[in-house]
Amino acid sequence: MIWVILSLAFWAGAWAANVRLSHSAMVQSRAGRLAVPALFGVTILVVWEGMVRGLGVPGVILPPPSAIAARFGAELPTLWADFRQTFVKGALSGYAIGCGAAFLTAIAIDRSPFLQRGLLPVGNFVAALPIVGIAPILVMWFGFDWQSKAAVVVVMVFFPVLVNTVAGLAASERMQRDLMATWGASYWQSLLKLRLPAAMPFVFNGLKIATTLALIGAIVAEFFGSPIVGMGFRITAEVGRLGLDMVWAEIAVAALAGSAFYGLVALIERRVTFWHPSQRV
Amino acid sequence: MNRVLPVLTVIGVIVAVWYAATVWMNRTWVYDQAARDGVEVSFAQLVPATLNQERPVLPAPHQVVTELVKSTFGMKVTSKKSLVYHGWVTLSATLLGFAIGTGAGVLLAVGIIHNRAMDLSVMPWAIASQTIPILAIAPMIIVVLNSIGVQGLLPKAIISAYLSFFPVVVGMVKGLRSPDAMQLDLLRTYNATGSETFAKLRLPSSMPYLFTSLKVGIAASLVGAIVGELPTGAVAGLGARLLSGSYYGQTVQIWAALFAAALVAAALVALVGVIEGRVLRRMGMAR
Repeated sequence: MIWVILSLAFWAGAWAANVRLSHSAMVQSRAGRLAVPALFGVTILVVWEGMVRGLGVPGVILPPPSAIAARFGAELPTLWADFRQTFVKGALSGYAIGCGAAFLTAIAIDRSPFLQRGLLPVGNFVAALPIVGIAPILVMWFGFDWQSKAAVVVVMVFFPVLVNTVAGLAASERMQRDLMATWGASYWQSLLKLRLPAAMPFVFNGLKIATTLALIGAIVAEFFGSPIVGMGFRITAEVGRLGLDMVWAEIAVAALAGSAFYGLVALIERRVTFWHPSQRV
Repeated sequence: MNRVLPVLTVIGVIVAVWYAATVWMNRTWVYDQAARDGVEVSFAQLVPATLNQERPVLPAPHQVVTELVKSTFGMKVTSKKSLVYHGWVTLSATLLGFAIGTGAGVLLAVGIIHNRAMDLSVMPWAIASQTIPILAIAPMIIVVLNSIGVQGLLPKAIISAYLSFFPVVVGMVKGLRSPDAMQLDLLRTYNATGSETFAKLRLPSSMPYLFTSLKVGIAASLVGAIVGELPTGAVAGLGARLLSGSYYGQTVQIWAALFAAALVAAALVALVGVIEGRVLRRMGMAR
């Protein structure tokens, strides 16, 4: 009982602190902006820990964060192997192939308005479909190892990147294109020096959407068959053994990998599209 | 109308490539059979043999469509082989989860715009959570809820709700914040209270944003319901059809389930689109 009361007290205290923080001048600063969500995150962890301990929730339903952290530390080699199998081999290679193919396809159909008018609605339609469902087929074709996961990722990231790139290539303004024409710029010069740079905010929008899709595709494809390593395999296997602390540790890895991947792409975006209004501070 | 022809062309090209790939991918089996029987197969014999196999590596489009039609209209709706039955199992979980997720998302968004502390503490997490592969926790939710006695529709609906929740929160917060300072000032000169401002200005102007998120959310809900069916061991639903098809090598069945899922997804997104069109026109916001 003492755990429950303590965690509720911590919650009340942290919330009061957050309310004061968010109405004070601190919040204008960068530190203040980070402190409020950080405090909220810590509160959730403390309340989680307190409730699980105080109410005696069994570990097979919800393990406390401390147990998850302990398991995380103890199983680092396994987690690292799973991470390499799923993220580095499956998701990253699929992401590179899928985004590259989509980008090249977009440039290839750039000269044909006919193909664009046809491909854009189809691409938009496919982007809304539950493409994850293609995983069992690709697992049959490419085997259980990472190649099939990469193939799922390729299919999943292709259409969002394609649609965004095609939209981006149309984003430069008429005046700017006319200016290039008055300089006698060839198609490729105008593409490289005006239209591709102007397309970059759109391209990166697609690339950012694709980061999440890549991880989802790689993990879910493992639910349909995998070698005995990988994040999706470990999650299903440990769920079956009721080792939920290990499942949560894998989820923590997936969350870290997902946000780090997204953050990396966002960082590159900031470097590449420094001129765009949304990147100016 | 000038889009119909290009779209049809692209679809035609896709179907043609598909047929070519069918011949190419299924030929090994035909050649193996022929070698076993000690006969040579010509190309003219190869093509029909690859297009009508029982368990092809890649089924031809007409096989998928035949299977889809057969298992949609040719079976009793209650039959375990009927795609209508499996589709309904998935659809009901999707819709329940979508309703829960959207309701909770709108409520949280309202809280966020009225409470500064909540905004600052919850919003960064809601945005960050979109970069996380949430779907990975689906098996755990199913098994945990199962072990405390919750079975059937609800666990899948919770995964669906979880997936549609965050897009709705983010979109709705953006929408409720979309009135500009001038409009808010006008309502202040009318001496409008907070709830009047909310009902007469913020809520109506959030509608376009809400519907955009609803389209994302309902597609995500369907994916959640399908993935939620995997760990229960292929009992019922479109996800179960995918899984049992992959266990037994029934490729035609997998493709038919996949197409059924695609049709359901397209119908759901189109339905939200139609409602969006109606609502925005009634509110005078149609573009």
